[in-house]
Amino acid sequence: MRQKLYDTPDAAVAGVASGARIMFGGFGGAGFPNNLIQALDRTGVGGLTAITNNCGSGDGELGILFQHDRIRNVIASFPGPQAVHFQAAYAAGKLTLELVPQGILCERIRAAAAGLLGFYSAVGAGTEVAVGREERVFDGRRALFYEPLAADYAFIKAWKADALGNLIYRKTARNFNPLMAMAAKTTVVEVDEVVPVGELDPEMIVTPFLFVHRIVRVKGIYNVVQA
Amino acid sequence: MSSKPRLTREQIAARAARELHDGDTVNLGFGIPNLVSEYVPAGITVYFQSENGILGMGPRARPGEEDYDLVDAMKVPVTVIPGASYFDQSVAHLMARGRHLGVSMLGGLQVAENGDFANWKVPGAKGSGGIGGAMDIASGARRLIVCMEHNAKNGAPKLVRRCTYPITALACVHRVVTDLAVVDVTPQGFALREVAPGWTPAEVQEHTEARLIVSGAVPQIAVAPA
Repeated sequence: MRQKLYDTPDAAVAGVASGARIMFGGFGGAGFPNNLIQALDRTGVGGLTAITNNCGSGDGELGILFQHDRIRNVIASFPGPQAVHFQAAYAAGKLTLELVPQGILCERIRAAAAGLLGFYSAVGAGTEVAVGREERVFDGRRALFYEPLAADYAFIKAWKADALGNLIYRKTARNFNPLMAMAAKTTVVEVDEVVPVGELDPEMIVTPFLFVHRIVRVKGIYNVVQA
Repeated sequence: MSSKPRLTREQIAARAARELHDGDTVNLGFGIPNLVSEYVPAGITVYFQSENGILGMGPRARPGEEDYDLVDAMKVPVTVIPGASYFDQSVAHLMARGRHLGVSMLGGLQVAENGDFANWKVPGAKGSGGIGGAMDIASGARRLIVCMEHNAKNGAPKLVRRCTYPITALACVHRVVTDLAVVDVTPQGFALREVAPGWTPAEVQEHTEARLIVSGAVPQIAVAPA
């Protein structure tokens, strides 16, 4: 069986090419793969497409990737007022941005994971989100068509992994992570702890191992490894 | 235009909290709705839902007891109450969009008399803007209560005939609680249900762009002293 455990975040993100399409988990400061993000920045890649809920908090979370011009295209729900590097790059015209309602962002990711070719929803009908989208009426309700969102990589954060890659999450650090884990060709996870296979209760596993390709253990719950 | 005292933000929240019933599941948005949890009527239990994956969210964490893996949608460390659960973000939004969640309360910029709702973007605002959960929550809400000031800072009425601000969701608002009134969205338009103490329905109408339907005597909003 192929070894999934990597020694360092840098080893876990090696091979990401410029122009790659990457999903990043995290919401409200919780569940961001901060160590992977820092390692990705150190690779020097550019022209990335980021699929994410928000776009950084100062230099933290995705902030550093915008500060260093790693990202060209953004698909996000709430970039956020604290995403200063994103906002500066956006104001300078360096980025494309597609804003997506948050629940629809989830479902588009899930659709890709599930092999669905899209879906209709009333969310966004009559709003700016509708521009350029197919609209249909179902039972008198206006609805928009949403296509799936897949990615080359998902960078996620979990609490514990076993050596196979089964994952459990901690509290609200779960957020987008299990969804993104299922929608990428290569899912890279940073975890607080790696335990032996068989130690995680099968009833409690949120992400089964076949969705997970690379695992790296990092210290602490909420830390950022500085280069 | 009258300069009589209006309800405070806290008094709006306290009035909105009286919409809640024992066992309700409730999502609270940014702004005034965020204050509602402080005013839940005594003797009932409601289960607050957070769009980042909590049902059964409790008060803010006490200083020194923060857990940054347990935050609300505004990044504030919170707690959970007995019976709480955690789930991923798709389940959180499915609860609202799929009409499973009992009550949603959101802050607002404009509500139109047909129930159209604008709250996510001020026209001409700088920066990227951001949608967040508002469109999903509003478009699917089983019962959507908007809590906001009756007029913008420049005096512009926020209860309007048609929204001029970017729409969040169409025909989704059920009730509006403001610093001047409680208003329901009905098939005929806005129905005035309560007015702020000291205000007459005619005075509230003067501060409202859309027509308010008044039937019979309109009671005053019961408020505790500010």
